[in-house]
Amino acid sequence: MAELEEMNMIQALNQAFHLYFEKNDQAIILGEDVGTFGGVFRVSQGLQEKYGESRVIDTPLNEGGIVGTAVGMALGGLRPVAEMQFSDFSFPAFDQIINEVGKYRYRSGGQYHLPMVIRMPFGGGIRGGHYHSQSPEAFYCHCPGLRIVVPSGPYEAKGLLLAALESEDPVIFLEPKRVYRSVKASVPIDYYTLPLQTSQIVQQGTDITLVSYGAMLQEAKQAARLAEQNGISVELIDLMSLLPCDYESIEHSVKKTGKLIVVHEAPRTCGFAAEIIAEIQERAFDYLEAPPVRLTGFDTPYPYTLEDHYPPSTDRIMMTIEKTFSY
Amino acid sequence: MNRCSILNEDGSIEEEYSELLPDEDLIKILKLIIYNRVFDNRMLLLQRQGRLGFYLTSTGEEAVTIGSAYPLSDEDPIFISYRELGALLWRGVPPAMILNQLIGNEHDAIKGRQMPVHYSFKDYAIPSVSSPVGTQLSHACGAAYAYQLQNKGLITMAFFGEGTASTGEFHSGLNFSGTLNAPVVFILRNNGYSISTPESKQSNCKDLSQRAQAYGIDGTQVDGNDLFAVIHSVNQAVDKARNGDGPSLIEMQTYRQGAHSSSDEPSKYRANTEEEAWKKVDCLVRLKRHAIWKGIWNEDESKAYEKEADDSITHLIHNSSAYLPPAVATIFDDVYEVIPNALLQQKEEYLLYLKNKEVRNG
Repeated sequence: MAELEEMNMIQALNQAFHLYFEKNDQAIILGEDVGTFGGVFRVSQGLQEKYGESRVIDTPLNEGGIVGTAVGMALGGLRPVAEMQFSDFSFPAFDQIINEVGKYRYRSGGQYHLPMVIRMPFGGGIRGGHYHSQSPEAFYCHCPGLRIVVPSGPYEAKGLLLAALESEDPVIFLEPKRVYRSVKASVPIDYYTLPLQTSQIVQQGTDITLVSYGAMLQEAKQAARLAEQNGISVELIDLMSLLPCDYESIEHSVKKTGKLIVVHEAPRTCGFAAEIIAEIQERAFDYLEAPPVRLTGFDTPYPYTLEDHYPPSTDRIMMTIEKTFSY
Repeated sequence: MNRCSILNEDGSIEEEYSELLPDEDLIKILKLIIYNRVFDNRMLLLQRQGRLGFYLTSTGEEAVTIGSAYPLSDEDPIFISYRELGALLWRGVPPAMILNQLIGNEHDAIKGRQMPVHYSFKDYAIPSVSSPVGTQLSHACGAAYAYQLQNKGLITMAFFGEGTASTGEFHSGLNFSGTLNAPVVFILRNNGYSISTPESKQSNCKDLSQRAQAYGIDGTQVDGNDLFAVIHSVNQAVDKARNGDGPSLIEMQTYRQGAHSSSDEPSKYRANTEEEAWKKVDCLVRLKRHAIWKGIWNEDESKAYEKEADDSITHLIHNSSAYLPPAVATIFDDVYEVIPNALLQQKEEYLLYLKNKEVRNG
């Protein structure tokens, strides 16, 4: 049995980077304040001391330049990690991500590909107003060629990050910053990867399928536990990878439960919940016993003072479970 | 800043530049410029006949495209824009491969995935072209940095137009190259127009090479219709990059003699007198004058080579037009390393639909 250690997500990500840099000379990380300072969230702490300024690079403040330069580094034989300080600041790099990163393998007829990871802390709950709180996954999920990966806790973060770093496809790695330090878990200290493109069943159940990802897993877990106490058996699925998405597991679960709730923090309209529900209705329409429900952030920008009202709370998830259960 | 210019009006050059370009290479480049023009004319004609979806000529800018590629090693990646046929020809990309891309047939290196002139030839170190201009500047920077870090001895070159110099990508590419000391040579192909918009409306700056100073890198302005000036200036930038002394920006002043693309009509926005004036200082006219002054070329040879190029292109068109389009199933390839289940399902559904459609239609 591998040795375990209690750690938070920042520590887990940091450990993943140290392990990866140690075994891979092609590893390189670039972004704003990632070097000397170790990143504003300290995810890359200690890397520059160990691997030097040429592989742990403090860049100019320019997200398009960071992603574009990382593309070139990947073409030049390195395995770059580009950090967007907050996902809200990834939009100046949108052209590079959508038109270059997502399409390079395809448009070169498979002659070139980009093994690179673009990391972005995302989501609200840190009093960041609407420019440090957004959840941009739906934008990126609409771009073929990208992988979109979202860990929910420290164990998932380390295993998924190492898998993303090993991937030959470009990965957008969305880190739920609300749980960066608030959640601790037992994490193997050795190198391990978790499969991309697979979800995990967090809690098994028979009455309702509850699907979520990222920071919302915390509320979803609590709600599932409370529901259990009230006699409702909830099967909770943590997606982990949004693109490609493990529809098979959701389909399998919904065929068992007949009911589906998808929870995310991003706004509702054209959000990823809509995609999951559409897909499941096509695959399992005859099995549905209640209307599938999207429980999401509002179609408003993320508020500042009133931010606690924005993401679905444990209580709202609980109520939605009860309502769907008794439909 | 003084603009670099070497060829004299009478076709002569000063003694100090006599070693710059061996006669053999001079003749090779002269022929490539002729070939480039014949190719452009034939492709434009194919487009007019509806046999090509789109085309962009580079007539008039060949001294820039060929002369800039000339000092590079064959392994140095060239991040082209979409008007650098000459660089591909100098690099040795077979014209048949170029034509297969333009047509988008089953032998197209990029499997018919992009519009004509959006080339990519990995075997010739030509990465992939995209339509949003300028993104390739930071790619060239990143790749150059990667080679330097891995001690591979390679440098990169990026081509772009003066319109691209207005984009944020220009700023990103040059600023990152400066801070990273990346061995990259930026070739600003100033041909006077971005579709219909003249250089004067792109910037109030009269000397775009000056912008290099703002990034702490070297900038030069060059007479881009003077092959010798192009090679001389790029030689210096390449040596500098190769020695680890960082990036350079070279503004090549030239003129887009043709339309922006096969969809454009320049008479709506520029005067014929302007076009005529530039033709007098055309790169081929001046290079021929030099070769004749040197006694190694004559007009009859030009005519004969034009005919030879035209005949060989006729042959190429005949061959490449006979090839089939890529197989429909390839639409779904190369999105990811391994096709995801959901995409595989779309592929299977569509192929089944096509099969059934065939059956339905007998």
